[in-house]
Amino acid sequence: MIFKICRKEELPKLFDSLSANHIVGPVRKGTDKEGKPIIAFDIANDFNELELAYPSTKFSPKKFFLPYRETLSSFDMEESDWQEHIDFNIYKPHVFFGMHACDINALNKLDKVLLESVYPSPYYGSKRSNMCIIGMDCEPQPFCFCRSMGTDTALHGFDMFLTALGERYFVEILSATAFNWLKNLNTRDPTEDDHIEYMAAVAKRNEKFTARVDTTDLTKILDMEFQADVWKKWGEKCLSCGACANVCPTCYCYGVEEHVDLDLQGASKIKHLHSCNLIDFAEVAGGHNFRPQSHVRLKYRYYHKHRGFVEAFEESLCVGCGRCGEACLADINVPEVIASVRGEGG
Amino acid sequence: MEDLRFVDVFGETGKGRRKHDYGSFVYRYEAEITNVYSLTDKEKLYQIQISDQEKRKRFTFRPGQFVMLELPGIGEAPFSIASSPSRHGDIELCIRAVGTLTNYLSRVQRGAKVGIKGPFGTSFPVDEMFGQNVLLLAGGLGIAPLRSPTMSVLENRSRFQEVDIMYGAKRPSELLFTYLYDMWRKFDINLNITVEESDNQWDGPVGLITELLEARISKADSSFADHTYAIVCGPPVMFKFVCKMLIEADIPMQKIFVSLERRMHCGRGKCCRCNIGSTYTCLKGPVFDYWSVMNLKEAI
Repeated sequence: MIFKICRKEELPKLFDSLSANHIVGPVRKGTDKEGKPIIAFDIANDFNELELAYPSTKFSPKKFFLPYRETLSSFDMEESDWQEHIDFNIYKPHVFFGMHACDINALNKLDKVLLESVYPSPYYGSKRSNMCIIGMDCEPQPFCFCRSMGTDTALHGFDMFLTALGERYFVEILSATAFNWLKNLNTRDPTEDDHIEYMAAVAKRNEKFTARVDTTDLTKILDMEFQADVWKKWGEKCLSCGACANVCPTCYCYGVEEHVDLDLQGASKIKHLHSCNLIDFAEVAGGHNFRPQSHVRLKYRYYHKHRGFVEAFEESLCVGCGRCGEACLADINVPEVIASVRGEGG
Repeated sequence: MEDLRFVDVFGETGKGRRKHDYGSFVYRYEAEITNVYSLTDKEKLYQIQISDQEKRKRFTFRPGQFVMLELPGIGEAPFSIASSPSRHGDIELCIRAVGTLTNYLSRVQRGAKVGIKGPFGTSFPVDEMFGQNVLLLAGGLGIAPLRSPTMSVLENRSRFQEVDIMYGAKRPSELLFTYLYDMWRKFDINLNITVEESDNQWDGPVGLITELLEARISKADSSFADHTYAIVCGPPVMFKFVCKMLIEADIPMQKIFVSLERRMHCGRGKCCRCNIGSTYTCLKGPVFDYWSVMNLKEAI
């Protein structure tokens, strides 16, 4: 990895040099009832729109690579024949400015299941291939437990990563593309003092994590506690609304429905993201539902994230961003659920 | 100004249809429904032919695998292939009219153009069963996925020892493939059929499939369990009882195979709907040996 130091004033220059592409970043969308800004990932047209010191976003940036609704293909229908037209719905490279480590790690995890397996998804793959990522360090929030999940730092999956050190940035460069961007900026090589300051900043940040999840032997414990009553307790609270999956950066499950045009000349196949907490998730034609109760669906969600995915890819599908707990109307969050399954706490 | 290069993943290299190419996700065979037979009030047998002659010949599958059947504007759904693998791209699907797509399909005439994607999933290891006894246990529509391994067994009948088909249905009018029973018996297959509710014309046994299995196990000799494979498919409740009896009869777990049903939207391990734990029924299944099923929570 190549390290550089640049002054904070250089960043608008980087933004401008990349502005021929779509730039996606944390943009202020409004204010909440406490007067705090609401930040969301969206297209930014000007550097000043970016709120790079944002604490966290309510939604993950997944609408740009796993859209909530996406037309997979359209059909031209004639008398007895039909033609399919496939469009991957991406026409321009996107630069993601200011992604936090959790969201970068979420992409790395999604790659494993959506790209590095049989039948890779070209819909996700085409968006992923046209993505440049400029990561940004963050201030741990009370609900962040990424350090427990090992996703508090991004080791790969970005082009450039910025860590603020006072009035300058410590820049990590991981791709040739990002290295080329440097020619537009004033940078210098880091000195020994910069290294020391960087490590001190990282250590200071690490102390700020308050939420924790104990993942020791978690796969085994989840297996042993499969029939445990605590799941029923959480199931009673769960509203089966799917808000957790909605905001989750790694929830990728979907359903497909087809629509015929009113003139019967065409049809389209539309994918919409789903949630395993919704009641019809595992219902098959004929009406049999493999997971009819809410606690069984909630349990499945935890098993997929913390056990099944670990078994398949040796890492958890959860990145510890804590968004699901923040979005949950019933106040269910991962650290508490896991602790109760482990027999700790209430 | 830094204009980044646009990457077309579906460019020259991605178009292939091998399992690791992007093209494999969207690859589809153009096919035609060549014939439709009514089997009962609800189930029909659809003969589907891949239109291109070359592709039809190259279309190979193993018994137990499934295809995604696509009707534009209506949807896409998974169906186990019910025909013999030796028939290649002339496949047959036995489908009950129960959902949106299948009800639409039941009104489709022959000649309709459909899309076929696949074959997907795991299969019954028929080759592994050579020289052994085979028990095929089907409940209701579970006979559809079992028809393909049954055909494979029939085509290689001399390579197997005793072959039993046990089939249970609700009513005699719901029995599928009745026209094949005489042929199966002629191939020296012990065919036993039971129904839960009889009618005036039914003279066979009345009861559950477990009773047929119990009778079969009780007359088996001591070496039976060591030389027997079992294939089971039926409604979820049937698996529980049938598999338990097979285990009690000392048939090893890795010689008992089941074909599981789950909701599927893609068939290619992406939509997550058929997951059991993190095991995709479409990739690691639908055919599982009983050992794998035991290790999957809430599988049966």
